Parts: sequence; structure tokens; C-alpha cells
Amino acid sequence: MTEADNEENKIIKPDFSDPELFCTALPKEVPRMNNIIQKFYDWAQANSLWLLAFGTGCGSIEMRPLYTARYDISRFGIAPRPTPRQSNLFIISGYVSVKTLKRIIRSYEQMQNPKFVIGLGSCTINGGMYWDSYNTINRLDHYIPVDVYVAGCMPRPEALIAGFDELKKRIKEGRGEGANEYAKNFAWYKANQKKIIKDWDMPDYNW
Amino acid sequence: MKELIERLRSKFNAKNVKEQRKNFVFITVAKKDLEGCVLYLKEFEGYGHLTLLTALDWIEKDQFELVYHLHNYSNKTDVSVKTFIDRKNPTMVSINNLWAGARVYEREIKELFGIDFPGCPRVNDPFALEGWQEIPPMRKDFDTKKYSEETYFPRPGRYTKDNVAQMEEQLYPVEAEVKNGIAKTVRKK
Amino acid sequence: MDNFWTTLLYAFLSMFVIFNYGMLLGGVVYKIIARVHGRFGPPVWQPYVNLLKVMGVRTAISHGIMFWLGPVFRFAGGIGLFLFMPVVFGSVWMQNFSFSGDLLLVIYFIFFGQLGMALGAAESGHPYSPMGIMRGLAQVTVSEVPFALAVIALAAQHGTLSITEIVAAQQGGIGNWNMMTNPVATLAGMMAFLGMMMHAPFNLHLAPQEIPVGPPTEYHSNFLGYMQANRAFFASAKLILFMNLFFGGATNIPVLVGKTFTLYMFAVFVGVVNPRFTLENSIRWFIRIPTATGIIAVLIYTFKN
Repeated sequence: MTEADNEENKIIKPDFSDPELFCTALPKEVPRMNNIIQKFYDWAQANSLWLLAFGTGCGSIEMRPLYTARYDISRFGIAPRPTPRQSNLFIISGYVSVKTLKRIIRSYEQMQNPKFVIGLGSCTINGGMYWDSYNTINRLDHYIPVDVYVAGCMPRPEALIAGFDELKKRIKEGRGEGANEYAKNFAWYKANQKKIIKDWDMPDYNW
Repeated sequence: MKELIERLRSKFNAKNVKEQRKNFVFITVAKKDLEGCVLYLKEFEGYGHLTLLTALDWIEKDQFELVYHLHNYSNKTDVSVKTFIDRKNPTMVSINNLWAGARVYEREIKELFGIDFPGCPRVNDPFALEGWQEIPPMRKDFDTKKYSEETYFPRPGRYTKDNVAQMEEQLYPVEAEVKNGIAKTVRKK
Repeated sequence: MDNFWTTLLYAFLSMFVIFNYGMLLGGVVYKIIARVHGRFGPPVWQPYVNLLKVMGVRTAISHGIMFWLGPVFRFAGGIGLFLFMPVVFGSVWMQNFSFSGDLLLVIYFIFFGQLGMALGAAESGHPYSPMGIMRGLAQVTVSEVPFALAVIALAAQHGTLSITEIVAAQQGGIGNWNMMTNPVATLAGMMAFLGMMMHAPFNLHLAPQEIPVGPPTEYHSNFLGYMQANRAFFASAKLILFMNLFFGGATNIPVLVGKTFTLYMFAVFVGVVNPRFTLENSIRWFIRIPTATGIIAVLIYTFKN
């Protein structure tokens, strides 16, 4: 029984450099246009933030009240989307273990170019109460570019709304260029990620 | 409960019996008796629920301790069966044929303590740590702080403050100075 | 039809009007749903902001030709449905191409977009997309049954399949509307309407929690923009269709707005107070009461003549 079980559950590792099966292209920088249309798009981006409904840690429990009548973030045009393709805001809510980081990277890379990250809670800033743990990362900004950090353990929904305001300000000033930064420093980010993810079983860039 | 303890004493040579509460008892059995003891408790005494299975690392005694916590639904009592195994060669009999849920516990213990359970399905698959290459992290000789500082880019600027000293400094600086001065003089003499 | 180019210009004009109307209608509906939940809700112009944002996304991943064509088919279905109906009866510029095409073509166009979408979403390779399509197609198919029966009853009543003639026959007061002259068919049609408007309790295929968003799981940036624009078209086109068929059409724009808005509110209010049906439940519901009503509506005219 055990033999058969092990045979069944054996993970088949495909060749990730095979262009037939996987996209081997690396992310490209798409520069901003320096004109009024870009300003207009920035305004639209800031007022229509779709956040990825992926709770990575305990902080995701603070995101639920945001949709309720008491806080109601839909006033600001913020709506949850269940798929990374359509969302442009990723909230890393709380501690990130190495296993979760792998999924975070996959989801983050699937999001399309203007994409923003909010690090929620102390754990994303310096590890928080898990600063000496063997399995949680200390600094999120070494793995993916972060736009806004919201400190606290856990920050209340009001603090998160303040974080959204800060992010909007950044986007309207044209400083929400996390995706381009990621493409520019891709080698550095990838080296950091591969340093802690020992069994790298995905393509280098998951477009 | 008393009769149960007597039966376990006579059948499995249970030692170190500690009655934590009147419905909760710790016993220690030898490694070879453990499976029989657990099976007996499950089949004949009605302890049908494996609440948890965990391990402890006694590095000074060079032993691992395994704790099987069982619950009886009919009379609402718990028995915690402990056993000690060698730390050099940590292998234990798998009980996944008694409780399917034990597979998860055994897989977790295998990963975090390195105790092997031969015969347990998928016991070698990663549970929470994917691609772990160091010694199992819950062992006492694994320095988690050092590992974290080497691996996870610690952000500089972290410091700790004693709560009492911090409050004294902020709220009663003069009194704290007097107190510390007195303490210093007294200790000098 | 003296000048083809004039007709085309008028068609584009009415498309522009109806697109904006659909977008604003969507915003108002978001607001109303939020108010029922006790929230403030997004601003009324939020659909425009979303569309702009989606258009401003800088990168797009295509999974192949069909993936790209899926939203185009959907968009074509929405526009096709809209273009073959008289929007405002008797108006010169809101006639579209209603001189050609009839009810059967319209029914075909309702289905056309879904099928195109099915091909496109299946190409994306995401397992949730075909799941959403399967559910969406089953939902649309089953709500087509009572609708088709209602349409047959109307065609038997008026002796024609042309929407313009059906609207023309209903002019002259509320007593002439099909709602009054053919209440059974109207009942069946309105129940089918609930299933077509993609609001609860019949929106399982769009449910974000059960399956992440269903068919559009993999669609993003401009593809999603197409689909959002299409949603505005499709919703208002369906509203106009039902208004034309059962509620006497419209002779000017205020009447059009009033009637379609009221119609939409019917679906929305049923939606906000009801939980979602699972697919099995919704199919079961549709093949029982609405289909029975539709069959009765057809039988009445079978034995009348």
C-alpha cells in the first residue's frame, strides 16, 4: 500500500526551460509615458484598486471587515478579485513563511504591469514576533517590491484604509512603479528568492 | 480511573503515573509496549479519539519523548501515553493503521524532529517546510535565531528594552536614579 | 432606408448612447445593491473608472488566437443583439437595423456571445474557466427554454416574428401591451429574464467564491475591457428586448429610460434579497414553473386558433 501510494504521489518535475510548455521570457520594463494620458491612467488606477483575495497570514482576517457596512472600501473603488490576472493590488497580510512565499511569487508574477503591494503588519517589515523563526521571512522588500507598509500587529482596518490612501497618493504622483522595479532588478530579486526557496519547482518567471 | 491505571500497570508495566486531574492521567510505557497499550486503550477501554501526537526533545538525556493523547467520549476522560526513544536512532512504530489522522502527525514529526515512522504513507513528503536541508528545526541543537539571521536578511535596528527600566526612565526618572544609586551602594558593600 | 450611411451613422450614435446608459445603469445598480447591504457603495461613475483602468494596464498575456477572439465574439453578440432591435419606436435615429432581422436572430445573438466566450476561455487552459463556462452555458440554455416558449406564444398572437411589428401592435395605451393581452407569456418571459440578467439567485457562474469568477478567470487588461463594455451593451440590449416584447416598447428616450430601469430593478431586487441557487437547483427551478408557464402560454394560442 505504501509503495503504491508513494508511486502515485511522486512529483514529476518537468523541464522548465522548455519553451513548448512554459514561457521562458523574462519580465520587460514598460516605461511610463510622460504625458497627460498617463496622468489620466494613474488617476484611474488609483481609484479602481482591485485587490487579490489571497490571505497569506493572520492579517487577512482584518481584510474581511473592510467589505462590510462599517468600513466599506467599495466607496474608494476598491473591490476584491479572486484571480491575480485581474487584480492590481496585492496585500501581503502578515507573516510570510517560505512555503507561502513561493505562492506569493507565483501570484505576484501573474499580475499585470501596474501592480502594487501593501505589506500589512510588522511581520512583513522586519519579521515582527517571528523575527527569529526558522521558517518566516524577515523583510518582504527583498523578495518583491513593496509600495506601502502598514505597521502594527495586527493593524486595524482603519490603518489599512490609511494605507490605501497613502498608496493612492503614491500612484497619483507616479511612484507606484513596483512592476518596472521588479523587472529592472529581476536578477537580484530572483537570487534572494532562490536563496531561501530550496526546492525551486517552477519556471523562473511565471508571467 | 483507578482501575484503569491498575490494569495498565499490570498489562503494560505503566510507570510514572501522574494524575493531573481526576479525569486526566499521564502514564509512561516502554517503547515496545506502546502500540499494544494504545491499541488496548482504543479497542477495550473506549479511548477512540487521538487528540494529538507530539514529540519533545530531551537533549540532556539524549532521548525523544513521544506523547499520544487519547480521549474517551463516553466517560469524558483523557489518557496521555508517553514513551521515550533513543535520540541517536529515532525510529518509532507507526500507528496510522489505528487512526488515519495519525499520518499527518507522523509526517509533521518526521519533518520537524526527524523521527522516522516506517510504513506510514507519504511520511517522507514535505509537510510545511519545502526543500529543508538543515537538521530538523525543532531539535534543540538547531539554532533558529542564527539560521534566521543568516538566511532572512534581518532588518537592522531591532533592540529590546526591559519593561521596568523603560517605565522608570519615562515616568519617574529621578526616583529611578535614587533607587539605582542606593542599589549600587548597597551592592558595593 | 434611403441612405445606408445615414443609417450607419444613426446606429453608431445610438450605440454610443446605449453604451453610456448601460455603464451608468451598472453604476447605479452597484450603488443600489450597496444601499441594500447598508453600505455607501462605489460612486456611480465607477464602471467608467474600472474600464479606464483596465485599458491602462500596460502588459497583456494572450494564450492564443481563440483566447483573443473570445471577448470579441462576446462583444459581437452584445452589439448584434442591440443592432437588430428598434430602440425607440418611431424615432428616426434610434431604429438601428430593425428593418432586417427578427426574434429568431435575436435569440441566436443572445447565445452567440456565450459560445464564443466558451471557446476563448477554454483556450486559456485554466481549469476554472471551463467550469464557469459549463455552468454559464447550462444557465443560459435553461433560461432560454421559457423565453423561447414565450416568444412562440407572442409570434402566434401577433402572427409575426418581426420585433418592429410586435412593438407597433402594442401602441396606443397600456391596454394594448402584451403584458395585458398575453399575461401568461409575459410571466414566462419575465422568469426567463431573471435567469438572463446575471444577478442572484441565478449567477453561480459569476460567483467569485465558488469558482474564481468563472469564464473570465484568465482575462485581463484589454480583454477584460471588452467584456466590461459588452456587459454594458448586453444588459441594456436585453432590457430593451424585453421592453419591446412585453411592455409596449418606447416612443421617446424618457419612456425608454423609465421602462428599462424599472425592468432592471425587478431583476436587481430579486437578486439582492435572494441567496444564490446552485446550478442543479436553478435548472430544476427553470424547467418546472417557468417552462410550465411557457407551455401553457403556447397551448392557449394553439387551441384559440
